Amino acid sequence: MSEIIRLTAAELGAKIAAGEVSSVEATRAHLDRIASVDGAVHAFLHVNDEGALAAAADVDRRRAAGEAFGPLAGVPIAIKDVLVTEGMPSTAGSRILEGWIPPYDATPVRLVREAGMIPLGKTNMDEFAMGSSTEHSAYGPTHNPWDLDRIPGGSGGGSAASVAAFEAPLALGSDTGGSIRQPAHVTGTVGVKPTYGAVSRYGSIALASSLDQIGPVTRTVLDAALLQDVIAGHDPHDSTSIPEAWPSMADAVRRADVAGVRIGVVKQLDSGGVQAGVRSRFHESLALLERNGAEIVEIDAPNFEYAIAAYYLILPAEASSNLAKFDSVRFGLRVTPEGGGTVEQVMAASREAGFGPEVKRRIILGTYALSAGYYDAYYGSAQKVRTLVQRDFENAFAKVDVLATPTAPTTAFKLGEKLDDPLAMYLNDVATIPANLAGVPGISLPAGLAPEDGLPVGIQFLAPARQDARLYNVGAALERLLEAEWGGPLLNRAPDLSSHEMAAAEEGVI
Amino acid sequence: MARAALMDFDKALELFEPVIGLEVHVELNTMTKMFSSAPNPANSAFHVAEPNTLITPVCLGLPGSLPVVNGEAVRSSISLGLALGCEIAPSSRFARKNYFYPDLAKNYQISQYDEPIAFDGEVEVELENGRVFQVPIERAHMEEDAGKLTHVGGSTGRIQGAEYSLVDYNRAGVPLVEIVTRPIFGAEADAPALARAYVSTIRDIAISLGISEARMERGNLRCDANVSLRPRGQEKLGTRTETKNVNSFRSIERAVRYEIQRQAAILADGGSITQETRHWHEDTGTTSAGRPKSDADDYRYFPEPDLLPVVPSPELIEELRAALPEPPAARRRRLKGEWGFTDLDFQGVVNSDLLVEVTQTVAAGATPAAARKWWTGELARIANAQNVDAASLATPEHVAELAQLVDSGTLTDRLARQVLEGVIAGEGSPQQVVDARGLAVVSDDGALIAAIDEALASQPDVLAKIRDGKVQAAGAVIGAVMKAMQGKADAARVRELVLERATTD
Repeated sequence: MSEIIRLTAAELGAKIAAGEVSSVEATRAHLDRIASVDGAVHAFLHVNDEGALAAAADVDRRRAAGEAFGPLAGVPIAIKDVLVTEGMPSTAGSRILEGWIPPYDATPVRLVREAGMIPLGKTNMDEFAMGSSTEHSAYGPTHNPWDLDRIPGGSGGGSAASVAAFEAPLALGSDTGGSIRQPAHVTGTVGVKPTYGAVSRYGSIALASSLDQIGPVTRTVLDAALLQDVIAGHDPHDSTSIPEAWPSMADAVRRADVAGVRIGVVKQLDSGGVQAGVRSRFHESLALLERNGAEIVEIDAPNFEYAIAAYYLILPAEASSNLAKFDSVRFGLRVTPEGGGTVEQVMAASREAGFGPEVKRRIILGTYALSAGYYDAYYGSAQKVRTLVQRDFENAFAKVDVLATPTAPTTAFKLGEKLDDPLAMYLNDVATIPANLAGVPGISLPAGLAPEDGLPVGIQFLAPARQDARLYNVGAALERLLEAEWGGPLLNRAPDLSSHEMAAAEEGVI
Repeated sequence: MARAALMDFDKALELFEPVIGLEVHVELNTMTKMFSSAPNPANSAFHVAEPNTLITPVCLGLPGSLPVVNGEAVRSSISLGLALGCEIAPSSRFARKNYFYPDLAKNYQISQYDEPIAFDGEVEVELENGRVFQVPIERAHMEEDAGKLTHVGGSTGRIQGAEYSLVDYNRAGVPLVEIVTRPIFGAEADAPALARAYVSTIRDIAISLGISEARMERGNLRCDANVSLRPRGQEKLGTRTETKNVNSFRSIERAVRYEIQRQAAILADGGSITQETRHWHEDTGTTSAGRPKSDADDYRYFPEPDLLPVVPSPELIEELRAALPEPPAARRRRLKGEWGFTDLDFQGVVNSDLLVEVTQTVAAGATPAAARKWWTGELARIANAQNVDAASLATPEHVAELAQLVDSGTLTDRLARQVLEGVIAGEGSPQQVVDARGLAVVSDDGALIAAIDEALASQPDVLAKIRDGKVQAAGAVIGAVMKAMQGKADAARVRELVLERATTD
């Protein structure tokens, strides 16, 4: 395995800046890695070989000409397929957008390009970000690099797996109810959902507009901070983006110190419903933080137990409207019924053929929840619960600086295990959803391996809105303490995929 | 389509009380659209454009695109609300109105639902006969226009039976304010005239605010007329119909009158009115049934999560209130004085719905008398003959130019009428028509003298009479000269020259 791909984004950026490695070399190393392991992992839906090498050469040329760049310039990045990319397919994991090439870049994509970063390609995801396993991708599931028979989480399983498999140093993800954090949990990586409005949603194919947020998917807390510093900021194209300027998250990482930090443990999310190994790693992390000066406080958040129910009304309601535009009139798949048909019939046939079962399930749910006569009982009540969840956060943050929870109840489950049980699948996000309902930021970082199955476990921290820096402070401090105990990053213990390279090569790619 | 039975209008009024309600859509003339930076075709600067050229990813509803509220459109909407005597909401919200239609890029329209920006207003409307009504305004809300469909093939030009349809998204996202009245009672036989005068007043207000081009023939101003009848003495309102596609002042009046007569005939016959939209047909002067419309239409409204509430500062509202132009009634009184018109002349302008045109023509440089003469004379006559609004025939700028060409002696009245025909036919500005058709008065004496000498030479008897002092004989020569000049000569000058040439050797 090439040394270049083992580097963190910060290290690689520094080497490129120092002239030790060129961006073209870095890009080629990652493209080679993708070529050798992605047949087994299937993190990518589209690999931007030529475009990436051309962009890398351009950055190398401009740097040689004396242009000044930021710390991630020249570093390759994977992009979740939910973000539109000019000149690259953007499907959101759906058949209905197969072959569509957007005429514009999403704002976060534009920002990473402007920072000199190199888009490697588009990563796999559950269709329209609906799912927790990537099994709802219309293009087949992604496999967890720790165990290829297991799910990489979802919806952003592709971004997390690409980073965990060293196919990309870092990636962009989107998080509507945990789609960045839960995949981080099951792949031993770092994922951050920034404060709602921190990163522009312009060009992010909307799932639920009031919940969606774009964020970093990385192997280290510092890399996440550096990427958030690139993509955060006001965008006049997104009315819900926050106008105020942000402090540097990378600075927060460099100053990391948990002495005196009050950490609240949400009683309702630290229960018997959590897998034993996940819970034990969680409490070991808390004990470690406590030994290093943090104060651990139990917090009651009584309305969190209703969060998942409210979420599964608000999300489908917004999604049913957001997905109405996929009607074959202006872009995407068009299916004409045999013998022709009216525009309504063509729209219906296209949507019938283009959407997968989970998408249809949520469109039906949402349409129902918004219907006259049901609106108050469903959508209206859900919005009230949302307010109550926000109030729980306010009460909690009056007592503590950050909250801590296990990121998800279990380690990675087997592909296919929960595919036919939507409710079981939905419960994966029980700990991540409250942050989306309240618009507060959250981070998941590796807390170790569960003793019973040897699979990665994540720990989640949540902070008040606009206090993302607190997450980077606590997260970086814990990361440093844990890596000192482990003697290096957790991902050093991930299986070497080179055996699968061989297998893939022998079988002619999976 | 069988022609509906109609009851005599007076008879209908005897049996039923008409109740009307009017929904007027005003397209704002901001430079850009309601939610995107695309140029706004409802602004004259962008009115002429190839299909699908005034668009951004937002207008097409491309995946990932997001709306952003046009601040200027909000200001215009507040001004309009204030001019309608409305309260301005300290906070109002956009909502999504969900329905599938190919002219609606996102398959939802961003509108306002339970929290409109303006509500509870009142507008003074004066009829031709001098009656004055206070029309109650329920609300005025902001929304976006849809694209435009052209149905190709089929006989009706409607979607049914068409082979295929073309969509132009230039209009998608044009800023609209929809003004909704409360039910209007008590107009009785004046209901059709009130409907017309109300829309005319809204147009006056929009134009005086400068927030819309307000040209009905371009769809800048569109009216849906709700009409219901209730038997005399009955409290409960009757079932209403909503007539759409009423795109001129004349048709608003005719459509309301038609619906009163049609509904009266059905009700008197023991039938019942279907709640539905109806389409107005300008050519036949009738309405036909559209789709059934019930109060249970489910658009699944919910607050637009991509946009923040609109929260105008009290300072902004007061700034816009202070900048309001004088109300239409006061302005009329002032203009009448400034123009020095008699009551009769001024009322003639108002009654022809031409006050705006005359005002703009005066502003463009014509004298008030000339502006009145052209609009209420020649243009009104042609409009009447063609069954259209005079305002749709020519722009105030063109009329002012025409009047100036007459004043400067370039055109005679007779030639000016020919030029106007050219302008109406779309041949360009008056000067362009003059140049293209060669219609200017021949002011070159040399050319006139040549024609006169030729005419005198061919009519020696007339020449002799003139020389004998019988000046009136000159008429025959003048006629011949005017004919030779194809009318493009000033007859008075020709007369002068004829007498001059006849008495010199």
